[in-house]
Amino acid sequence: MRRAAVLGTGQTHHRTRRTDVSMAGLCREAIDRALADAGVGWEQIDAVVLGKAPDLFEGVMMPELFLASALGAAGKPLLRVHTAGSVGGATAIVATSLVRAGAHRRVLAVAFEKQSESNAMWALSIQPPFSAPITAGAGGYFAPHIRSYIRRFGVPGHIGALVAVKDRRNGALNPYAHLRQPEITRESVQASTMLWDPIRYDETCPSSDGACAVVIGDQQAAEASERQVAWIRATSMRTEPTFYAGKDHVNPRAGATAAAALWAAAGIKDPLDEVDVAELYVPFSWFEPMWLENVGFVGQGQGWKLVESGETALGGALPVNPSGGVLCSNPIGASGLLRFAEAAMQVMGRAGEHQVAGASTALGHAYGGGSQFFSMWVVGRNP
Amino acid sequence: MDTLSAPLTIAFDYTRSLGPVLGRFMAGLRDRRVLGGRTADGRVHVPPLEYDPGTHEPVTELVEVSPAGTVISWTWIDRPLEGQPLDRPFGWALIRLDGADTPLLHAVDAGAAGAMSTGMRVRIRWAPTPSGHIRDIECFEPGTGEPAGATTEPEPVTIMTTPIRLHYRHSTSVEESGYLRGLAEGRIVGRRCPDCRKVYVPPRVCPACGVATDEAVEVADRGTVTTFCVVNVPFAGQRLTPPYVVAQVLLDGADIPIPHLILGVPAADVRMGLRVAAVWRDRADWSTTPENIDHFEPAGEPDAPYETFAEHL
Repeated sequence: MRRAAVLGTGQTHHRTRRTDVSMAGLCREAIDRALADAGVGWEQIDAVVLGKAPDLFEGVMMPELFLASALGAAGKPLLRVHTAGSVGGATAIVATSLVRAGAHRRVLAVAFEKQSESNAMWALSIQPPFSAPITAGAGGYFAPHIRSYIRRFGVPGHIGALVAVKDRRNGALNPYAHLRQPEITRESVQASTMLWDPIRYDETCPSSDGACAVVIGDQQAAEASERQVAWIRATSMRTEPTFYAGKDHVNPRAGATAAAALWAAAGIKDPLDEVDVAELYVPFSWFEPMWLENVGFVGQGQGWKLVESGETALGGALPVNPSGGVLCSNPIGASGLLRFAEAAMQVMGRAGEHQVAGASTALGHAYGGGSQFFSMWVVGRNP
Repeated sequence: MDTLSAPLTIAFDYTRSLGPVLGRFMAGLRDRRVLGGRTADGRVHVPPLEYDPGTHEPVTELVEVSPAGTVISWTWIDRPLEGQPLDRPFGWALIRLDGADTPLLHAVDAGAAGAMSTGMRVRIRWAPTPSGHIRDIECFEPGTGEPAGATTEPEPVTIMTTPIRLHYRHSTSVEESGYLRGLAEGRIVGRRCPDCRKVYVPPRVCPACGVATDEAVEVADRGTVTTFCVVNVPFAGQRLTPPYVVAQVLLDGADIPIPHLILGVPAADVRMGLRVAAVWRDRADWSTTPENIDHFEPAGEPDAPYETFAEHL
């Protein structure tokens, strides 16, 4: 298969409300940084792929239409991708596919969310006629599955707090992160309000405005780059129904099969040994141990032990979410692309204060819907 | 069989962060001035573009254009829709304001289609009290006008509110209609997948096999709490006052749980494996809705062993 690489990445400063910029301005803040990071001019971009979560979040149907000129897409192919919260990852994978198929030399992938234009909790709680008035909110959807994980493996109750402390302190090293809390402690997390038992306030992601962009190029473009690129060693996407009889909400089949296909395509036999850093989509802290198991870093019931051992912190065997992750910044449509971009930044050696020393292989991961869509990539310092 | 349907309205007062260019445009409208944006090719766009499609640079030069212009194409609307600028028949027109190079789509209050023509001269009818919003342009009307002329440029508008209302008719499937009619009689009727033999409540096309579920199967109005959360947080659209328990309830005879409320017991006493029974509303209030079941409460039975519901988590 043809090779592809990330030439550059860019992201916005993520905040609760970015009222200083329009949706176009938000996207351009990320795009301009990505082009500069890649050392690529607009004339070298052959196509644009835009990712965004449900249109109901901003109340703009098909935002790619009105954003086309701002995205630099005039006269070029423009595609919209939508796979709920995983869309950022899917956007990067679609752009990668366009390059690997030989259709384009350089593709710009951009994803955004401007949550402040409405209320995501409202948008996710629309109740159609003939349905029961059982609303629990986004955390209320996932909290029961976390409870199931705790029950299935007898997990100690403090694991969620350990992840929250790690990610928020990591976020304090990331100048773009929405939440930067260097002083947070396990005790302060455990003292925070219980929102959706067993999920506490400090164990949930914020609601953010933000965008992310990456420039993906083919082998010739990568070799022409004057800076280190992130070679895309493998990508993988899988889907399953949100609900079906026997669905395993703790260890979703689509996530496990996507990961197995990813490792096989990347030639990785022992992910925990061969991957240096992972950016996992963790909107509620408990999903770190769940996804560590789901993607196969450790066996079933072992994820929480890896967390407890401290090996997922910076300096550990497998740092997870050195950027602070979704727990620190959650512009939903962009959150997946941020995971993918942060993985690339790590192997390019451009992750700043949250750089994992010597990182040469990294995982970017995203999921969306009710654990319905999964997208992942492995990037490396070498092809 | 007739399927059940009902109206659904979704409405929200969305905001728009305008950014520097559109913020200046809206501020101009508040002063009854129309600002266009000049792109590198010299063309003036109304409304202004935020970024030049040719050079990709931010548009920074805004110039005032006339509130009057020429209709370059149009169509007639006999029956205006909710949310359109006028509630009486009007012309939708592409209007090129004097000084602009691009047309603006807006309504012309011409009275009758016979009064509309390509090339006709129209001018803005301003809202009585402009507020820095796109709706400051109420509509256009036949006539001429002149630019207000330069004043000191006002502070850009930061945010504009744009209420959106969407009206749908929500229709159920044949299977779901049968389920709802069962509920109106106090029965819970699911359907079994012919391939995997799983019973779905509510019935639907089997998500795992992709085939229609055919065999009707009545299930019990009692079951087992597989897992749950305690909702302590208030949020938009919520119908109950926290704290309350939302649980996954696996009804006896069904193969997939339904979410429902567990009341009549302190939240701290709800547990995985708790046996619960439906509490129906007064029979006189029953209709074709799952709301006939108000909530579930403890059934007073021993808890179900974990192994009996472990595969439903």
